[in-house]
Amino acid sequence: MKYLDEYRDPECCRRLLAQIRRTVSRPWTVMEVCGGQTHGFLRYGLDQELAGCVELIHGPGCPVCVTPLESIDFAVELARRGDALVTSFGDMLRVPGSRESLMQVRASTGNVQVVYSPLDAVDLARRTPERQVVFFAVGFETTTPATALAVHQAHDLGLTNFSLLVSHVRVLPAMELLAADPQAGIHGFLAAGHVCTVAGFDSYVDFSRRHRMPVVVTGFEPVDLLSGVLECVEQLERGEARVANRYARSARAAGNQPALGLVADVYEPCDRPWRGLGVVPAGGLRLRAEWATWDAETRFPRQSQAVSEPPECRSGEVLTGRIKPPQCECFGVRCTPESPLGAPMVSAEGACSAYYRYAVARRETGSDSTRS
Amino acid sequence: MGPKPSGFTCPVPAVGGDHITLAHGEGGRLMRRLIEQTILPQVGSTFLAPLGDAALLPAITRPLAMSTDSFVVSPLFFPGGDIGKLAVFGTVNDLAVSGARPLWISLAMIVEEGLALETLERVLTSIAQAAAQVGVSVVTGDTKVVPRHAADGLFLNTTGIGEVFFPLAGASSLTAGDELLVSGPVGRHGMAVMTSREGLQFDPPPTSDCAPLFDAVQTLQKAGVPVKAMRDATRGGLAAVMHEWAQASRTTLVVHEPDLPVTSEVRGACEVLGLDPIHVANEGTMVIAVPSGSGAATLAALRNIPQCSGAALVGHVTRRGLSPVVVRRKFGPEIPLDEPLGAPLPRIC
Repeated sequence: MKYLDEYRDPECCRRLLAQIRRTVSRPWTVMEVCGGQTHGFLRYGLDQELAGCVELIHGPGCPVCVTPLESIDFAVELARRGDALVTSFGDMLRVPGSRESLMQVRASTGNVQVVYSPLDAVDLARRTPERQVVFFAVGFETTTPATALAVHQAHDLGLTNFSLLVSHVRVLPAMELLAADPQAGIHGFLAAGHVCTVAGFDSYVDFSRRHRMPVVVTGFEPVDLLSGVLECVEQLERGEARVANRYARSARAAGNQPALGLVADVYEPCDRPWRGLGVVPAGGLRLRAEWATWDAETRFPRQSQAVSEPPECRSGEVLTGRIKPPQCECFGVRCTPESPLGAPMVSAEGACSAYYRYAVARRETGSDSTRS
Repeated sequence: MGPKPSGFTCPVPAVGGDHITLAHGEGGRLMRRLIEQTILPQVGSTFLAPLGDAALLPAITRPLAMSTDSFVVSPLFFPGGDIGKLAVFGTVNDLAVSGARPLWISLAMIVEEGLALETLERVLTSIAQAAAQVGVSVVTGDTKVVPRHAADGLFLNTTGIGEVFFPLAGASSLTAGDELLVSGPVGRHGMAVMTSREGLQFDPPPTSDCAPLFDAVQTLQKAGVPVKAMRDATRGGLAAVMHEWAQASRTTLVVHEPDLPVTSEVRGACEVLGLDPIHVANEGTMVIAVPSGSGAATLAALRNIPQCSGAALVGHVTRRGLSPVVVRRKFGPEIPLDEPLGAPLPRIC
């Protein structure tokens, strides 16, 4: 299949691995920012192939995982109202809130629906004028253009029963925190190819220079991932630190300008709490004042109180790369995809779920070394 | 004198009409008419015609196999099949992979008030054609109508009885060295239903593999293939069968991903949606386990039938390792294959 087979070519992967092994003179620590990349590494066992050359730290790039507990609780609260229909992407439903998940609310009230696009939620609002349709908007720069477009559509249709519960996050401010954290010990970053396709990577140039770290824009297939790692270790071995694009078939330096224009029209940066990281300065987006009519937080007064994370869930340490999932005492025991304690075990992009799916053997033998 | 009345018209609307109503399920004249005019002409049989409380069936000498399944698929019609075909093939396939020749099935229908009569007729036609194709008779049945929103259009249940002609040792007999095959490309049914339900436009769209497996089973028996176990890989797909077999035999099953047949439509849709065809349901594709060395002969026998031209050897059994099922890809180490969670594709059968 075009655009897939060539990026999964075994010969090409072997060549890249050999090049990486020849290049490194010491083990390097590299963070892949995006959960999609984590799953790619583990699905093909690339992390095992890289052992001794490159240690991968799995980044916080899973929007479902970093959505704060209070946002989930508010979505649950809205779904418990008689007149509201909360819509979101499938993964969001299974993430436990402090008392219940949206999936549990769906079972008891039916006021929760999975959609594949925020525009489907707009359409639902148009077809059911008697209900308040709320779209729970999570995601990085990849999903913000679609939710911005949903707000525009709702405005154009004159819908008064559609709103967004915005929990959008921005990846660069989180990378700033992690790069400045000496405990994380990161030498270089693999930036998320999809995010860069939308947001571009011009903004990483200053970041890379200030932190003296290579930033390599990387895709999600084995050849993409290995060529991203190779570029990163080549720079590190040469003592360089710059932005390189190894996802050129999709990402451009300036990004997708029409999409970015739409986002800038609807949203503005704000401080936002990330699950596991705490408040990230400028780490989120909120609706601009002129679009506040479509903001669920303006439309519906919040009843629920701020809550703290379940104490035994160590997802914060997982999301900041301090521990690998199998090092959590609950992993695979009290925390499984069927009965998750934290979001990284739920989401299709979560690091805990990646380890659970692809690394059962390592889970059982506990062969991963401890990082602290 | 005033004008002469032009005639008397009854203010009560004609009973019946184009849609099923609650009255169709009340056991009165409407129900009898529904059975006599709509159901019996399609699925009637020697055993069903007397309309007694039970079907009286002839004695048979061989051991019996019996299986039941309910069908709640949404939408009722999808590329490559519909709920009627599914309800017949689903149950007769369960009998076939148990080594039984399907003989008789029951048909119970739960109809939501308001279903178009034409829709019901289309489904009944499909049931009749499917039953004729596999040579089973519908011998008993039931129809209930429930109020709007108490069901989603139409739910079916079929129970099948068959005679065992090909006794199998079963999954617990699997041992290291056994070879694993599939009878055709995997993941077709799940992707066909999902893409049509969600209105996802793929060109061409994935089509369901919904089809009877009895011919394939009979071919293997006639060819003298020493089959150890067979399963139709329905919900949870190939992965679910692999996990069940590994559990039953305390072995590890190895899947060779590059050998797994997947149509380009299914592969494309799965890539877009982030699904793995190994976890996606089938409705006319089975997994077969044979002893070491019998794989090639099994494959040759299967490929004789057009329906199984895409059959392939896809794995083998080894001694129990750390993981019950592992995948060998084109590159890299063997990776554990997770058991399907069962969430992404609800109501596909």
